Amino acid sequence: MQPPKIAIQNIVKTFVKDKAPFVVLNDFSIDIQQNEFVTIVGTSGCGKSTLLNIVGGLADSTSGQVLIDGNPVQGPGRDRGFVFQSYSLFEWLTVEKNIFFALKKSPLSPAEKQDIVTEYIDIVGLNGFEKAFPKQLSGGMKQRVAIARALVYKPEVLLMDEPFGALDAQTRGMMQELLLKVWESHKTTVLFITHDVDEAIFLSDRVIVMSARPGTIKMEARVEIPRPRSYEALTTPYFIDIKRQVFDSIREETIKSMTTS
Amino acid sequence: MPDKHPVRPTRVGKKSKYFALREEIPHNLYIFLGVCFIAAILIAWEIITRAGLVRPLFLPRPSAIILEGIRQVQEGILHVDASASIYRIVIGWAFATLVAVPIGILMGNFKFVEGLLEPFVDTVRYMPVVALIPLTILWAGIGDFQKFLILFIGTFFQQVLMVMDNVKQVPMDLIRVGQTLGLSRFEILRTIVLPAAFPGIWDTFRITMGWTWTYLVVAELVAAENGLGRRIMDAQRYLATDTIIFGILFIGFLGLITDYIFKISGRILFKWTQGH
Repeated sequence: MQPPKIAIQNIVKTFVKDKAPFVVLNDFSIDIQQNEFVTIVGTSGCGKSTLLNIVGGLADSTSGQVLIDGNPVQGPGRDRGFVFQSYSLFEWLTVEKNIFFALKKSPLSPAEKQDIVTEYIDIVGLNGFEKAFPKQLSGGMKQRVAIARALVYKPEVLLMDEPFGALDAQTRGMMQELLLKVWESHKTTVLFITHDVDEAIFLSDRVIVMSARPGTIKMEARVEIPRPRSYEALTTPYFIDIKRQVFDSIREETIKSMTTS
Repeated sequence: MPDKHPVRPTRVGKKSKYFALREEIPHNLYIFLGVCFIAAILIAWEIITRAGLVRPLFLPRPSAIILEGIRQVQEGILHVDASASIYRIVIGWAFATLVAVPIGILMGNFKFVEGLLEPFVDTVRYMPVVALIPLTILWAGIGDFQKFLILFIGTFFQQVLMVMDNVKQVPMDLIRVGQTLGLSRFEILRTIVLPAAFPGIWDTFRITMGWTWTYLVVAELVAAENGLGRRIMDAQRYLATDTIIFGILFIGFLGLITDYIFKISGRILFKWTQGH
């Protein structure tokens, strides 16, 4: 069998707060296969973003390790693209230049880069906005630029930290469909963080529910909805059945975290 | 049947729309108000002095100030003074800025540098610049270099902290984007942090340039042959109140122009900061 694309092994993360150790992640392990779409859901403060930062190499773990294709992560790198909730666009650059920026370290010729940038602007549907500055765009459009910027250099893994968390419900739905469309045509391995259960099930092959702090795996659900998926999947009995299981599981943890902290 | 409860228009219209909380007012009115206030002060000033309520020694008439300005222009004094002062300000400020920007950027991004320099900068920042005049003369003589030094000290230690703050305003996530794209620390500073902080730094330039102007008189206090500040200090000796007031107003006027130059150039340079 092929080795997993991402192997998260026995990750422990503790902070020291007011001179007392504070366990955020406790022995968290999971394998993610090539081109798999995995979403981690959990209550706020369960350590899911910390986990993603560790996979991204933006934070250190206290113990345990993350392997990408069998190689331990030792810091951020171009094999892992990152999309943040805060859009994090370069506001002084146009849409086009923002996406271009991600190709800075690419060995391609400027003409080839331009072609790829144009292709990705097309994929995320921002034609006509190439020369616009981020301040002139809506939240959904900004996040489309961020997604294009994270995909354009074809990283092995895409890490997404609640990317649609700041969007209104309607825009969020459209963005989920767009992300699926892009992902289905340009397959890559995705590790996605959210607290929105619908979003998690709709997008993923596998949904992982994280326990309240210290974070470990509470339950795992496979989502066997055939692809390409459309929003109609959201109201099927199958979807609602999984949703009930995930909800029950998260609810228990939410109650736990509310009574302990 | 007539309606018993006619719909009344909402009462918002009855209150003055010019005093709605935080609402915009017409742009022309906004400008007009500022001009009116200054004009009102000038008229009050003219009336008080014309009525002889204050002796000209304490407060000469506005017309006397204008005549003093005309005299200075005709005798060529104003031109010489202004060139000398502007030269000192530009050099002193530019020197401070050239040092403050790189150091401020380092302090804002590396806790190591911040820890190293901040206590020192904070200490010097509170030292009275006027009290440093004897030392600067001892070290730098009485030429223009001593003036630059005073302006540098007055500007740099404030400016460096402000640049540090400007840089710290750049969100960590932007730096993280750079890291995930495989950029080196230096590349992140140059291609992400610097452009992101630039509008803020430009505003710091505008504000600190104002402070450099306020230190002009201090810089020209000792052994200056000419300059706008020097003219004011000389006039003190002869109780030439009109010269003093004209000098102060003229410095204020040049400061205002500098401010506008920075504001307008900033708007052109940083078009991207404007939304829809």
